Amino acid sequence: MDVPEGLKYTREHEWIKMEGNTGRVGITHYAQDQLGDVVFVELPKKGRQLRQMESFGVVESVKAVSDLYCPVGGEIVEVNSELERKPEMVNADPYGAGWMLEVKITQAKDLDNLLSASEYSAYLKQAGGGH
Amino acid sequence: MSGTGNTIGTRGLVLNEPLIFEQGSPGRVGYSLPPVDVPEKKAEVLIPKRLLRDGIPGMPEVSEVDVIRHYTRISQWNYCVDLGFFPLGSCTMKYNPRINEDMARLPGFAKAHPYQPEELSQGALQLMWELEQYLAEVAGMDRVTLQPSAGAHGELTGLMMIRAYHTSRGNPRSKVLIPDSAHGTNPATSALCGYRVVPVKEGPRGIVEAKAVAEVMDNEVAAIMVTSPNTLGLFEDQIVEVSKIVHAKGGQVYCDGANLNSVMGISRPGDCGVDVIQINLHKTFSQPHGGGGPGAGPVALKKHLAPFMPVPTVEKKGNRLTLDFKRPKSIGKVRAFAASFGVLVRSYTYIRSMGSAGLRRASEVAVLNANYIQSQLKGTYHLPYDRHCMHECVFTDALQARHDIHTVDIAKRLIDYGFHPPTIYFPLIVKAALMIEPTETESKETLDQFIAAMKRIAQEAEENPEVLRQAPHNPKVTRMNETKAAREPKLRWRPTS
Amino acid sequence: MRYIPNTDADCKAMLQAIGVRSVEELFADIPAAVRLKRPLKVPPALSESEVARQVRALADKNANADRYSMFLGAGCYNHFSPSILNHLVLRGEFLTPYTPYQPEVAQGTLQALYEYQTLICLLTGMDVSNASMYEGASATAEAALMAHRITGRSEVVMARAVHPEYRAVTRTYASQLGISFREVAFTEAGVTDIGQVRKMLSERVSCLVVQSPNFLGVIEDLTPLAEAAHAVGALLVVAVAEPVSLGIVKPPGECGADIVTGEGAGLGTGLNYGGPAVGFFATREKFMRHMPGRLVGETEDREGRTGYVLTLATREQHIRREKATSNICTSESLIANMSAMYMVTMGPQGLRDVALLNLRKAAYAKDRLAKVRGFSLRFTGPTFNEFVLRTKKKPGEILKGLLKRQIIGGLDLGRFYPELKDCLLVCVTEQNSRPEIDALAKALGGGR
Repeated sequence: MDVPEGLKYTREHEWIKMEGNTGRVGITHYAQDQLGDVVFVELPKKGRQLRQMESFGVVESVKAVSDLYCPVGGEIVEVNSELERKPEMVNADPYGAGWMLEVKITQAKDLDNLLSASEYSAYLKQAGGGH
Repeated sequence: MSGTGNTIGTRGLVLNEPLIFEQGSPGRVGYSLPPVDVPEKKAEVLIPKRLLRDGIPGMPEVSEVDVIRHYTRISQWNYCVDLGFFPLGSCTMKYNPRINEDMARLPGFAKAHPYQPEELSQGALQLMWELEQYLAEVAGMDRVTLQPSAGAHGELTGLMMIRAYHTSRGNPRSKVLIPDSAHGTNPATSALCGYRVVPVKEGPRGIVEAKAVAEVMDNEVAAIMVTSPNTLGLFEDQIVEVSKIVHAKGGQVYCDGANLNSVMGISRPGDCGVDVIQINLHKTFSQPHGGGGPGAGPVALKKHLAPFMPVPTVEKKGNRLTLDFKRPKSIGKVRAFAASFGVLVRSYTYIRSMGSAGLRRASEVAVLNANYIQSQLKGTYHLPYDRHCMHECVFTDALQARHDIHTVDIAKRLIDYGFHPPTIYFPLIVKAALMIEPTETESKETLDQFIAAMKRIAQEAEENPEVLRQAPHNPKVTRMNETKAAREPKLRWRPTS
Repeated sequence: MRYIPNTDADCKAMLQAIGVRSVEELFADIPAAVRLKRPLKVPPALSESEVARQVRALADKNANADRYSMFLGAGCYNHFSPSILNHLVLRGEFLTPYTPYQPEVAQGTLQALYEYQTLICLLTGMDVSNASMYEGASATAEAALMAHRITGRSEVVMARAVHPEYRAVTRTYASQLGISFREVAFTEAGVTDIGQVRKMLSERVSCLVVQSPNFLGVIEDLTPLAEAAHAVGALLVVAVAEPVSLGIVKPPGECGADIVTGEGAGLGTGLNYGGPAVGFFATREKFMRHMPGRLVGETEDREGRTGYVLTLATREQHIRREKATSNICTSESLIANMSAMYMVTMGPQGLRDVALLNLRKAAYAKDRLAKVRGFSLRFTGPTFNEFVLRTKKKPGEILKGLLKRQIIGGLDLGRFYPELKDCLLVCVTEQNSRPEIDALAKALGGGR
């Protein structure tokens, strides 16, 4: 499973990539693989405030639904509206064009609760891929 | 090589048939109406023009012959109980007697109005009253409401009654206990009643264990929803202890009666401590499933819940039957009019045809048939709970998975052999389940044909797995692109112009 | 037993193969304490001829629309059903399959339901329809719950002119979730009081629920009601208990309705003492994912052939469990398809003609009965095939008198509306001939 360096991860299989005080959020390669063909992504509106690990939407395949959790607390400053038309981007490019949100982080210390790439890889291994 | 050899599955002549909207021509008609024998006033004289419509663009214009051909052709793309073995687990796809259809169509039932005077509806009311007695007797309960329109509707009605009962005692409570093997309607119903779902894990024997219930049971639990026999086809043999634990803390025991077909005349949920149970007439009591309804889900209950039954109930006053609307503690109504009455006629006719001994015999043979399949396929397919089953047996694809053949491939290949697939990927607690329910209306020969097909499929999984991955080969269409359907939802035809 | 093929010899062979001596052993898991030790108290089995005789005897005790002149509607309408409908729904291929979980062998049911969804959209003027609900009242209740989910608001404003049983069912459903209710009165025209609607609507209201034609038979002007609801961000739910009206009455979809529900039994299924029936449920495209119930969608198979599947199932209980849009599973597929068969048999012209016939016959009856001494029209608004008569004598006594002449004359409205206890609700359909209507007038004292 592809787990890029430099990103932070949640145990619910979201990633966040920080640039300054803004982070871009999506789901991991492992998560999209577990779901199968993504058919629908429900995202919130810009401007909404989220707490750390608050559910902000859902991602759906034909026969499964997964809640999405925001890795950090903050304000949603951008939403990937492309996913409305092209949910398959989540499968094709989960760390790139399949991103979901950009969040302006409120407290930098939220990042301390997240996993590094190596920690997340180990977590996946431990879970036996059978999440 | 996709042949199925000398089995009942084969290819026949199947006609293509477009959507009805792509047929017909302007001015063609399929209807006739009596002549207008009253003044032919224009519509706009009687109703203001702004409230009238211009027409119904897109509605097809076809003849009666076109309608018959259209539906007859597309009907031939369906598999059904009349055609062959339909071992869909937890669905009890038994034969649907035709006399029941004749009875439901008698003018005294089919052309009776639900608001016509009670004194002119005594036959309908008597049928409902007697059916209530029979269902109460089979379930071991005191009363039955016939109003709910399907199993899930019955669950909702039952849980509403439980909520009303608790509310009348001062606290509606906030939680419902549900085993992991439950049908999805159980948690969905709980949510509709404002309850939070607390999951209960099955023990290693595939049943809900009393000690697991004791750990989560408290004074905020309104009810436990337990399915017995459960979706693994196992009798919940600790149900009596579970009921005691739940009752001790003031909770109620709801039984999902979807699998009642295995215990008629043998054991009664009411004698196991159950307070409420819905009975799916379209499963156990032979109402045809119709491709997804109509069904009916009468709810049987113990006396203490009777004040909360939906209105109206059917009551007997001397020789006269009457609908009772004056029940101050009732939850109200869950549908318009008294019930899905036509369904009740079919199930009533079925019960009278089977009789007391016949109902018991049905359960015995249903259980025997399931155990026969289980015993013959054990070893060929992985059996996660290796013990005698009740009405259905559950296998998995574990032995075939090493050839990269999965439950869905096995299911689809069965179609080529002339059988409907079992229920697949349910219950969720079994990985890649194949849930087989034969019912009592199948003969040993049919079961043997099915068993032979399953064995051949297992062999194909080893020798020629590709033929399974590409299955089914014989129907009009192959596997459908469900991803496309969900990504680009197209839920209706639209006029092109 | 004729429905159980296995003989004692078959059973014996199977027991042997299983390795047990008796069926008893298979039930060993059931504790002795909860075994039934006596036969069920259900009468013994009957042969087919006996059961037919006994059931027929029950049927014969009921009045029915073949033996009586039926002027009773009130949400259950006596319409003609073309003969082919019955023949088609009795085909085993439609009657005896399960919900179409295996699309490769269920294309018949799936295509028929896809066509049904389309026909409901065409009839109601809406964008999307589901594959059916139980019946009109619970479909309307589900619409109120859907409006609650979409808006996040917990107050329903419902017209008092909505069918009393639809109101009761909606109340039962909604009260579980703490949704409150307020009722809007009707005017002297028999329509929902728009002034009062405007006063009751607020930003706490999830939806306004009305019916048209309403329970009093009067056609509502939906457009201003939709505008009033939308002005506060609420949805307009329109229930249609008499679908035949839509052959001629402007569809709710063209008047701004957000959800249209209703009872489809009027489309060829018949009375059946109130059921089985079929609830239709249609909405706007943007609310598609909030809908309850099954949805059939078009797609293609591996070889590119067009076909149909159940889709958007992530809304449903078997996947989303406690977060599902509804708990509904089995609905009314066969009746939905029967109503589709009715619509295509009638076609656009037939649907219009039958609606017009209802309208004209009812108009004739309305004129004729209003002229009878002791009777007058209670409301002034435009009606379709049902209307309210005010009576000098007690409605219950009038109805009782009519029974002697084999006439079921309508509904005593006092049963549901104390304020209308001097009123009769009378329904006239294409099944009522002019001589029947004249006989009713005569029986009421109208001479001729």
